[in-house]
Amino acid sequence: MLSIVEHDYGTPHRDNAKLVTLTIDGREVTVPEGTSVMRAAALTDINIPKLCATEQLEAFGSCRLCLVQIEGMKGLPASCTTPVAQGMKVRTQNKQIADVRRGVMELYISDHPLDCLTCPANGHCELQDMAGAVGLREVRYGYAGANHLSAPKDTSNPYFTFDASKCIVCSRCVRACDEQQGTLALTIQGRGFDSTVAASQNVSFMESECVSCGACVQACPTATLSENTLIAKGQAEHSVTTTCAYCGVGCSFRAEMQGEDVVRMVPNQDGHANHGHSCVKGRFAIGYATHPDRILKPMIRQKISDPWREVSWEEAIGHAASELKRIQAKYGRNSIGGITSSRCTNEETYLVQKLVRAGFGNNNVDTCARVCHSPTGYGLKNTMGESAGTQNFDSVMKADVIFVIGANPTDGHPVFASQMKRRLRQGAHLIVADPRGIDLVRSPHIQADHHLKLRPGTNVALINSIAHVIVTEGLVKEEFVRERCEAPSFEKWRRFIAQPYNSPEAMQEITGVPASEVRAAARLYGTAGNGAIYYGLGVTEHSQGSTMVMGIANLAMATGNIGREGVGVNPLRGQNNVQGSCDMGSFPHEFPGYRHVSDDSVRAQFEHAWGVQLQGEPGLRIPNMFEAALDGEFKGLYIEGEDIAQSDPNTQHVTAALQSMECIIVQDLFLNESAKFAHVFLPGSSFLEKDGTFTNAERRISRVRKVMQPKGGYADWEVTQLLANAVGYPMSYAHPGEIMDEIAHLTPTFTGVSFARLDELGSIQWPCNAAHPDGTPTMHVGEFVRGKGKFLVTEYVPTNEKVNAKYPLILTTGRILSQYNVGAQTRRTENNRWHAEDRLEIHPHDAEERGIVEGDWVGVESRAGETVLRARVTERVQPGVVYTTFHFPESGANVITTENSDWATNCPEYKVTAVQATRVTQPSEWQKRFREFSENQEALLKSAGAVAAK
Amino acid sequence: MSGEGHGGNAEHLVQMANDIGNFFRSEPERKDAIAGIANHIAKFWTPRMREKLNAHLKAHGADGLDELPLAALQSLAANPSVKPHEEAPGGDAG
Repeated sequence: MLSIVEHDYGTPHRDNAKLVTLTIDGREVTVPEGTSVMRAAALTDINIPKLCATEQLEAFGSCRLCLVQIEGMKGLPASCTTPVAQGMKVRTQNKQIADVRRGVMELYISDHPLDCLTCPANGHCELQDMAGAVGLREVRYGYAGANHLSAPKDTSNPYFTFDASKCIVCSRCVRACDEQQGTLALTIQGRGFDSTVAASQNVSFMESECVSCGACVQACPTATLSENTLIAKGQAEHSVTTTCAYCGVGCSFRAEMQGEDVVRMVPNQDGHANHGHSCVKGRFAIGYATHPDRILKPMIRQKISDPWREVSWEEAIGHAASELKRIQAKYGRNSIGGITSSRCTNEETYLVQKLVRAGFGNNNVDTCARVCHSPTGYGLKNTMGESAGTQNFDSVMKADVIFVIGANPTDGHPVFASQMKRRLRQGAHLIVADPRGIDLVRSPHIQADHHLKLRPGTNVALINSIAHVIVTEGLVKEEFVRERCEAPSFEKWRRFIAQPYNSPEAMQEITGVPASEVRAAARLYGTAGNGAIYYGLGVTEHSQGSTMVMGIANLAMATGNIGREGVGVNPLRGQNNVQGSCDMGSFPHEFPGYRHVSDDSVRAQFEHAWGVQLQGEPGLRIPNMFEAALDGEFKGLYIEGEDIAQSDPNTQHVTAALQSMECIIVQDLFLNESAKFAHVFLPGSSFLEKDGTFTNAERRISRVRKVMQPKGGYADWEVTQLLANAVGYPMSYAHPGEIMDEIAHLTPTFTGVSFARLDELGSIQWPCNAAHPDGTPTMHVGEFVRGKGKFLVTEYVPTNEKVNAKYPLILTTGRILSQYNVGAQTRRTENNRWHAEDRLEIHPHDAEERGIVEGDWVGVESRAGETVLRARVTERVQPGVVYTTFHFPESGANVITTENSDWATNCPEYKVTAVQATRVTQPSEWQKRFREFSENQEALLKSAGAVAAK
Repeated sequence: MSGEGHGGNAEHLVQMANDIGNFFRSEPERKDAIAGIANHIAKFWTPRMREKLNAHLKAHGADGLDELPLAALQSLAANPSVKPHEEAPGGDAG
């Protein structure tokens, strides 16, 4: 069932400019052609009884409740499967129809438990509603016949229960898994009376291919599939619309509440990014917000070997401010800085960079994008003029060829992946460039036309060889290039890319991808009506990350795949607000809106608005902060929501840098890895506890709305404001809406954005200004933001990270559906049931060479360090490549990653680390030290309450 | 490329400069390559980083630093007040 506040119109909306007018029960109604009679009736407040129909899914016509009489048509057609026609005359109710409906309900209820008063669906059950709607008063069949009332429950999934005794076999769950999610994990097995819903080959939900997205639960009209939280707590009494705090899809949810207690998260049917769908994380994994590990009181300590001391907010903020001022007095103005994260709203990020610039007096501010999509901003700004993707998600539905490079959307952007798979099932072609056999390569009803299984570190070689084919085989869209791009840059690039050394034949030794495959893929993309590129961190987290982004942009421009729906360059931003944190200028060299700090006129605007002189030289990026710390020059750091000790590469180097600082202020929910090196801990607030906005991968700004008071006492933006005032820079915002108003005032791409406008429109894709008052779904229509598109030469430069006899394998990293990034949130939920540890994926050939079998402990050593992981032997990786995730700090995935980074942005080269794998019997030395250090820090935390009580 | 040594370990600054140079060496005109490297360093390196690398070069010579980034650094040193400009690869964000 949909959320308690949503009305289900029965069948999906149809987008059609052509309108049809018909009469339903004497009322005239005009709807787009293709709309069902059922939906047309619902739009005029005539609610035809239904059970198998829901607007989330295509009509099925099985329950026979929605029958109507249509003038000129025989019998009683189902209104859900009958499209409207001009002049149609429909009667939704008469005695015959009423009798049929009552008969149908009698059959349903004859085989259904009658425990309504104690049922989890009580008050929000469509079966109950329909029994009432048809006036059911008796069941003439009685209840003594064969039935399914003792069918067992499946409670294997931690988030929902499948109670088969209540199932009416409407197939909504099966269809939801097919149409919405695209996993096809469910089916109806058996026929007639024996029909039952089965997961996979009739196994439990947990054992099946089910990915726990909850689409089936949402689709179910009865209590058969119910959220466990709903079963435990009962129905919500109000709901609040907010935005997910996990990945870059930015799903819109209705948080259904009982007071300040969340009963369940229901995807918003009107969510502009997710259209009523969600994944296991956003829908179910919110328990971290109320986890016992939450630290709710401020704490301070002098040294990291000291126990924490719980103090008042006043004392904590005062101590933090005095330390920062002391450090600056001793070591200089540039000796402190700040780091924001995607956990921060746009408003919070804006405040932190304002605090650093105006309060600290330097530009030492950076954000999580440093380690993920900073090359995207660099590459796209220089080629097209804007540091963001070009389309919205819906654009994929008009793509003819989808080219996925270095991304794993079914794991990293699951809701968008479901939409992409819908398009692929409709017949779009797919090219995947990835060293691993990701799920998208082959899944139900989907098979990639080409899987370019390249060696890690050879992206630019591959993209150059593809572009070589485009140019040398006459596939360039000459007219587009002539009209829209800089001629000199194109000619220079064309000469470069046409060189024989860029050919697929020359590059195949480097990439490992056969030339014939590259040529075929290039021709497919080059001759597509609409070719769309989607890419992720497999592109950016390389020493040539920025170069590769430019190479992608070159390819898209050369083939004319920019400036309309169905095409584009689409960076799949990994996090809920990484786009926003960049937009808000949390960068050492740029103000909000991507304008360099050295630009006098821009700086003057901010100086005028903020009332202080600002520095015109770039500040320190995160990796540079570490170096400066080790050099004794950087001593104070304010971190909001980012866990650099776990997420940044070469962990030992990072922790050494942290240990050399004198005041680290961590504002977070939990004692994370960075907080173990901190001197001040300020309790952070989750997305449920604050107002603000997030910006997703589509540049879509959406509201985050508070559903409960901040458990630590202050929302994150309020804490930053307290700190700013304490260091002597006054801030006095009363509400985040005021912060957004200031952002809009100072940022040309945001001038039309306000909380009021967001409430009005639901969401806004920037730029939103006088030129684009309702926002901008598609960028570079007509002309590029920079005017003409610029081609840039992308010479392939091999990484410095070389394999050799000592380190013969390449380690690459990634993420998994059920866990999120460093796992701080998802590890504190039942999602651990799907992924309880990071494993090392190793090819059977490499495993056999080393005597490694499934489940063995494997020492993984690089030039940076070593760690131990358990093996997963799989052919998903190619020989010579190993893979792991990084969701558990004790795995030490980043102990082995190096400081090699993108030449332009210092984005770490997580995807290429030369390693050796050896079967071992005990943890690594780092892991032993880590365990000891962590246990010690946990003990110091436990004593905090005892010290405060004294 | 290595991001280490941005602070005291200037060898890493040498590596960073070389990595930047590797991108711009594809410029057919040497002066454009030098200008591109210089602009990138001016846009993204703190004054202290530039100071450290210059001090390292003074103390240890140009050993290890490629010719193009060396020329770029010399150009920056000769024109310390010139500001970075947008029109060249150099728009790091997000």
